[in-house]
Amino acid sequence: MRLEPVANPSALRRAGLPAAALLATIAVASGLAAVAGADPLATLGLIVKGAVGSKFAALETLNRATPLIFTGLAVAVAFRARLWNIGAEAQLYAGAIVTVLLGTGAVGGPLVLPLMALAAMAAGAVVLLGPVVLKTRFGVDEVVTTLLFNFIMLLFVSYLLEGPLKDPMGMGWPKSAPLAKEARLPRIVDGLRLHWGFALALIAAVAVWVIERRTALGYEMRAVGLNARAARFAGIPVDSVLVKTALLSGGLAALAGFSEVAGLKGHLTLDLSPGFGYTGIIVAMLALLNPLAVVPAALFVAGVFVGADSMSRAAGVPTYIADMLLATSLLFMVLAILLIRFRVVRG
Amino acid sequence: MMSLFDILLSATFWAAAVRIASPLIFATMGELICERAGVLNLGIEGIMVIGAFSGWITVWAGAGLWEGVAVAMLSGMLFGLLHAVLVVPFGLSQHVVGLGITLLATSTSYFAYRLILPEVTSPPRIEPFAVWEVPLLSEIPLLGPALFAQTPLTYAAFAVAALTALVLWRTPLGLAVRAAGENPSAVDAQGLSVTGLRIGAVMVGSGLMAVGGAFLTLSAFSSFFFEMVNGRGWICIALVVFGAWRPGKAVLGALLFAAFDALQVRLQQTPVGQVVPYQLFLMAPYALSIAALVLMSRRAEVPAALMQPFNRGER
Amino acid sequence: MIDPVVLRLSGITKRFGSLLANAGISLSLHRGEVVALLGENGAGKTTLMNILFGHYVADEGTVEVFGQPLPPGHPRAALAAGVGMVHQHFTLADNLTVLENILLGTAPLWRLSLGRRAARARIEALSRDFGLAVHPDARVGTLSVGERQRVEILKALYRDARILILDEPTAVLTPQETEALFRTLKLAVAKGLSIIFISHKLHEVMGVADRCVVLRHGRVVGEVATAETDRHRLAALMVGEEIMPPAVAPPKPGPVLLRLDRVTTPSQGSATGLRGVSLDLRAGTITGLAGVSGNGQAALSDLVSGLVRPEEGRLELAGAEVVRWTPRTAVASGIARIPEDRHSTGTIADFTLTENAILEGYRSRFAKGGWMDWRAARAFADGIIATYDVRCPGPETRIRLLSGGNMQKLILGRVLEPGPRIILANQPVRGLDIGAITYVHSRLLKARDEGAAVILISEDLDEIMSLSDTVHVMSEGRLSPGFARGTMSQAELGLWMAGHGFADAA
Repeated sequence: MRLEPVANPSALRRAGLPAAALLATIAVASGLAAVAGADPLATLGLIVKGAVGSKFAALETLNRATPLIFTGLAVAVAFRARLWNIGAEAQLYAGAIVTVLLGTGAVGGPLVLPLMALAAMAAGAVVLLGPVVLKTRFGVDEVVTTLLFNFIMLLFVSYLLEGPLKDPMGMGWPKSAPLAKEARLPRIVDGLRLHWGFALALIAAVAVWVIERRTALGYEMRAVGLNARAARFAGIPVDSVLVKTALLSGGLAALAGFSEVAGLKGHLTLDLSPGFGYTGIIVAMLALLNPLAVVPAALFVAGVFVGADSMSRAAGVPTYIADMLLATSLLFMVLAILLIRFRVVRG
Repeated sequence: MMSLFDILLSATFWAAAVRIASPLIFATMGELICERAGVLNLGIEGIMVIGAFSGWITVWAGAGLWEGVAVAMLSGMLFGLLHAVLVVPFGLSQHVVGLGITLLATSTSYFAYRLILPEVTSPPRIEPFAVWEVPLLSEIPLLGPALFAQTPLTYAAFAVAALTALVLWRTPLGLAVRAAGENPSAVDAQGLSVTGLRIGAVMVGSGLMAVGGAFLTLSAFSSFFFEMVNGRGWICIALVVFGAWRPGKAVLGALLFAAFDALQVRLQQTPVGQVVPYQLFLMAPYALSIAALVLMSRRAEVPAALMQPFNRGER
Repeated sequence: MIDPVVLRLSGITKRFGSLLANAGISLSLHRGEVVALLGENGAGKTTLMNILFGHYVADEGTVEVFGQPLPPGHPRAALAAGVGMVHQHFTLADNLTVLENILLGTAPLWRLSLGRRAARARIEALSRDFGLAVHPDARVGTLSVGERQRVEILKALYRDARILILDEPTAVLTPQETEALFRTLKLAVAKGLSIIFISHKLHEVMGVADRCVVLRHGRVVGEVATAETDRHRLAALMVGEEIMPPAVAPPKPGPVLLRLDRVTTPSQGSATGLRGVSLDLRAGTITGLAGVSGNGQAALSDLVSGLVRPEEGRLELAGAEVVRWTPRTAVASGIARIPEDRHSTGTIADFTLTENAILEGYRSRFAKGGWMDWRAARAFADGIIATYDVRCPGPETRIRLLSGGNMQKLILGRVLEPGPRIILANQPVRGLDIGAITYVHSRLLKARDEGAAVILISEDLDEIMSLSDTVHVMSEGRLSPGFARGTMSQAELGLWMAGHGFADAA
């Protein structure tokens, strides 16, 4: 078999193939439910109900989507420049650490929240800078280094929570002291369990979109990602563009940590992120790396997680079905996107 | 309290190093075969998880240990086939698909675990591979216990490494696999199927990765835990680079790495370990891998067509 | 007595969508015969060979080798039947040895041994018999282009090929290496092999072929015995019209705009660097750089493009030594750069025409304070499309959908519109059809007449000699003295290309 480019993909092709990928994912979900001895349709219904079936469920989904929008944006922006940042998890924790450092009394006043956010972004940016400099200076593949940094960072957080950052009132649990009241992100609407981190995530998505489409840096990032060789020849400073991309990407991932600590949890623990950094990759790929599409993609992914949790309690299908579905949807989606532009021919 | 000198002269230390190296050798050879054929396999981490799980659950269900190894290998090959089909004929991003495979294989393992053992809080243990002492050789001081008083899977790891080197450099098949990773057009021009060679290499490599994972449950820990692979797959990718894509050097790298790992565990028991936080010791393997990558970056002989999809229509 | 037919293609037709690549092509090859397959780019030669080798399946027609029909779509069938192909772009693995490259795919995959010893003996015997000297244990990456071609031929001979197909074999050779190749081919024919020789270099065809088959637009438009024709008649057949060499007015040389003073640059991998190259480029002239590819042309191109800085020596622009030399400063200094590879270096395939048009000027001309001015960018692209006759659906089309010629016109527009003082044209017409070639050449001449200094790098001696006011030859990173138009013959330039005449020649 051979792949042949499709010159001008039809609208049917553009819409139909991703839809087919979604359907295939649903088929897999039904299959898994059946394997687990549950009624497939009922299981799917329970997932949907658990994700958006009530005000509580919907708010839970929005809260879960918030860090995923940030990490999804971090990955999308990096992958756009073909910078393989698989280390959003580490950058998220870097942001969380700085948030706790500043928010537990070190600084006060009305500017504490913006200060925390900016400092968190700086910390995340610095964490990604290491692997990127290793890439531009020594040609070390950033996939492996960013992955390995995730493990190092988690151990570092573990050390902090058992040492310098340990909450003296925490009854021995490895958790940090709680943030001061003024360092907490307020709720958007009183009485609704949704904090300003979600609004910040939406603003970030629009900002990234504007950067990519309207600024010279965005043009440079896209050029470097599509063809670094041609970009370098044309006079685009590729290494410096990669560094700027890394700063942006690391900063966005760190905002996830800031928003989770300051908005939701109020303190830092070792299980602050159940893999938001890795899930951000799925969000970004489902969004086809488009910053605006990251928002619905993150909502979808968050909905699957929240819905699967709730379904699992009711129907007894293991909650890991959510991760399996997201992995299959990722694989189906990348295949569907390829098949929009290429058709398979024989010989 | 032991001093560093005592540690380095103890037979148990070297035996531990060889034991820790064994799963890494399996998985590193697996990744090396994939990359020699031109395919980066980031599915390695998840494939090790599925290998660890499927081998263990097979034995738990009553089958023999070697049957467990075989099931692990087959499940690894299955996920390898999925990875290969997506990245070889379709030419999809090897990074994205690899990470997707890791997520899929990991979550499949956890899903199946919860399905089979819904209520258990601590996973059941199995009877693992027993140590098989080689007569006479195991009596050599220091070297004997380290090299010749291990489980059969450790011996198998070294045999697999030797076999990998032999096949890749001494047989027509190995030559074709290496050529597929150097210049797929050359393979195609000789009427061989690049697609077939690459898919085959990824399947065999993934099978070995899964056996590496199975070593953890069937030979080392006797049980299956979440997060038990814990980045070993990523470390193996670093080891392939460190070994300059050569089996012999990669085995040396794995042994060196394992020795450091065994050392840090023992150093935690020394006076130094009382002062330095234990997390610093646990970080050492990951930091070491990054250091190795930087060290080898300038002189690595990376296969020329690594990560380059081959589509004849685009020539 | 007529020798038996060894290869017969009958009525081969192949369509790609609406494009008719091969239209009922029939061709036969006799034992001990050399047939030249002539035709322009896009005439259908490559498609025909891909069908013969089973890479494509023909819509109609059959292939017979030694009287046996070949099953369509099986790449191994042609090889097994004794047909060997020497591709224009070598299919060798640089990191493997000569021996490994030759052995690849010759033994059953599941055999337990490579059989190196026997193979080495056989390769040495073939090398001797056919005059193809090359060391079996050398890594291919260390070999010269000529040596690599010998490895390709050895690969075919090792597989007992009785029919050899050579695709543009001389494009990468010096005239002297070409002579050696022809001697090898004569030895092969004397041993009863048959050869198809694909080319568009007419003088070589006249020297080596017994018979010529000319393709145009996928059809056989002529089949003549070489003895009964001449170059002009063949050229007319190939193109369908007489090609007119461009009319060139005498140059009006101006001041030196760019000077290389004993410049040395580092070698990068197998790419040769410059070794003490001095060169003056004057306004209003075209300076041609001839030579076999891989002899430092890429290094010189990279230097002038701003990708590489001199390791030793000086690079002067309008009399002042350059500092901080990068692609961006090169563009800012008024250098127009037409890169060798328009697909991977000159354009970004998934960018639109607009985005490609502003690749070099986006910061200085199409952005203010970091914000893109897409309206201005679009207007610029529209202007190029109109002025340079770029055939496309519109400026928002992805450039990968354009033909090579239209892509090159967009690059021309991008680099010529700002009014450059210096133009670097590296292989500007490779792979283009006659119409596009004529257009590119006329643009370069026009720029010269308006006072630009043009550097033309090409492997095609005819192109260099017809356009250049001064010709230099590059060999192993060195530059020959400049020869004024018309003072050197092709043969004399060929000696320089082979490395004769340089001061430090061994």
